[in-house]
Amino acid sequence: MSMKTWLSKIDFSQLVDALLPVFATFAALALGAVMLLVLGANPIRAYGALVEGAFGSGNAIAETAVKAVPLLLVALGICIAFRANVINIGGEGQMILGAIFATVIGLSLPNWPGWVVIPLAILAGFIGGGLWGAIPGALKAYFGVNEILTTIMMNAIAVQIMNFLLRGPMIDPAQAELASKIPQTAALEAAFRLPRWAPTRLHLGALIAVILAFLVYILLFRTVLGYRIRAVGQNPDASRYGGIRVRRQIVIALLLSGAFCGLAGAIQVYGLNYRMITDGSATGFTASAGFNGIVAALFGQLHPLGAIPASFFFGSLLVGANKLQRVMQVPSSFILALNGLVVIFVVSSELWRRRRQRKRRIEATSKAENEPPLVPESEVTS
Amino acid sequence: MNSEILTVTILVGILASGIRLATPYLYAAIGEAFGQRSGVLNLGVEGQMLLGAFFAFYVTATTGNPWLGLLAAIAVGAAMGLAMAFVTINLQAEQGISGIGFYLFGLGMSTLLFQMTMGTVETVSGFSPVHIPVLSDIPILGKVFFSQNILVYVAYLLVPIAAFVLKKTNIGLKIRAVGENPEAADSLGVSVSTVRYITVTMGGILSGIAGASLSIALLNVFQQNMTSGMGFIAVALVYFGGWRPLGILLGALLFSMVNSLQLWMQVLGVPIPSDIAVMLPYILTIVALVLTVQRVRAPSALTKPFEREG
Repeated sequence: MSMKTWLSKIDFSQLVDALLPVFATFAALALGAVMLLVLGANPIRAYGALVEGAFGSGNAIAETAVKAVPLLLVALGICIAFRANVINIGGEGQMILGAIFATVIGLSLPNWPGWVVIPLAILAGFIGGGLWGAIPGALKAYFGVNEILTTIMMNAIAVQIMNFLLRGPMIDPAQAELASKIPQTAALEAAFRLPRWAPTRLHLGALIAVILAFLVYILLFRTVLGYRIRAVGQNPDASRYGGIRVRRQIVIALLLSGAFCGLAGAIQVYGLNYRMITDGSATGFTASAGFNGIVAALFGQLHPLGAIPASFFFGSLLVGANKLQRVMQVPSSFILALNGLVVIFVVSSELWRRRRQRKRRIEATSKAENEPPLVPESEVTS
Repeated sequence: MNSEILTVTILVGILASGIRLATPYLYAAIGEAFGQRSGVLNLGVEGQMLLGAFFAFYVTATTGNPWLGLLAAIAVGAAMGLAMAFVTINLQAEQGISGIGFYLFGLGMSTLLFQMTMGTVETVSGFSPVHIPVLSDIPILGKVFFSQNILVYVAYLLVPIAAFVLKKTNIGLKIRAVGENPEAADSLGVSVSTVRYITVTMGGILSGIAGASLSIALLNVFQQNMTSGMGFIAVALVYFGGWRPLGILLGALLFSMVNSLQLWMQVLGVPIPSDIAVMLPYILTIVALVLTVQRVRAPSALTKPFEREG
């Protein structure tokens, strides 16, 4: 195939659609640059520091990947929920519950071998997060309660449960003796730690997350369950006529969504901190990954494989933010504000996609009207 | 005798702080109700409150005048409201998700500005209590109802005003028409986008005031993420109150009384872990949503962008 025919095969309008979130993100970064200027920081130097902090060395790239792991797992969960048109804002709480369940397994089976405990703990994280997602799912499906509000309330409840447990029943016995009383559990056995790629902190969780991204892709686009979830998201009425139990799919979607967020929490414990630890604030354990994962999922166009580069990109922003703080004295909360802008811009950019889709549809129908039916285009022209 | 006095003191304390604590919920939820009645779900309330709280606090701290602080909160609330209106009305963005974007922006921005301008937690002298003559001298009740600060009084005045505007005025009729059947309203010559711009911007202003009521009237401090979910509870209160100002008032009072009780239990040393007590209002929100959701119907066009055919 010659270069020319190969080029003509590319559907440019679909390519533009695919790149829309990238354009939107650049627009958000540009607005962020204006904000930096107003705050008295040189935006070029600031973004330079950001890039250097995230990619300046092998270790920096490894750190970016480490930050990307929870984002990717949360983003996978968000993909599943949003595809069913269920808006899960509860990633924060689901991560916390997953981490609590997984930590309980590790702490209560100290003498068991790692190859038994680690899979058990990951499963427990899956269940804990799934449970925390299934509750708002059931409330939406069977009572019609707005899931955005309930998932946010479940976040607040999870934070209080965590604070209660880590300051009370589950507190590290060593900390209980001290005046500082840092809210953390005892450390897990060394045998339970996920392997690391020394000397970096990059752990096996990164590989697990990427494999899961492919599995979620297969789930959503190659299985009956995935088909049902997407059908419910696109048209619940038609799905009901088609014999799909819509309510059940809503519960399943939020359960799975929560389960992946719970997994993110479990892997933070077993891959990174080797104990559950917080600082008493709402985002002390999660570092806002439950929110930032939503941003990554949207950036990846709610596609599980798109979530991989998207998570890496937002992971780089988080790592770069530390450098930004050190070099430019711009607090890392700048990145949170920037992520908010990215969400707004990416969601707004959907307007152009819809307009172009409509235009394509109109063109296609008018074309069909002008041509004799059922005759392929090639035969008409030749 | 002594224990009786103590009981009365505690009850008065719970009531008085309950009435005060309802203030931010009232502003935010009534603003949100206007937006939702016109068909726009604004989930950015929390972010708008945080920015309002910060700007009110910053301007009050630098000028020493809480009225200027309030003005700053109104201005930033209006700007956030206008931005939200542009994104949801002109760009027709998904309202739930863009609202979360505005929340993250407000949370990050208020923290960033606070860290860059002030950094440490300090108190400010905001609005002081206004003792209404004669009425505030009534034993017990006077202290509960008539010795609050100006923003508390205005919040309660807002309830009948909002109910009147929505029910009895021309603009109220337009708001409801646009929220129930935008196509019909449009064909009768009502500009759907103008009405929605007005309600969403007003919602932003009221959320800004809600934030200011925290930082320069009730607590007189600013802390990062100081609203800790109050904006989202305000959105829930709109559902709970059936989109009516009076229902919102009842919900806001119920919530703040529970919160006040919870705070007093901690003060009095009731043996309940504080983390569990703090959880109560959130659990109550979920229960309240479940109980009320099937009783009242939401505005038909809620979260649906409007676009003329053709």
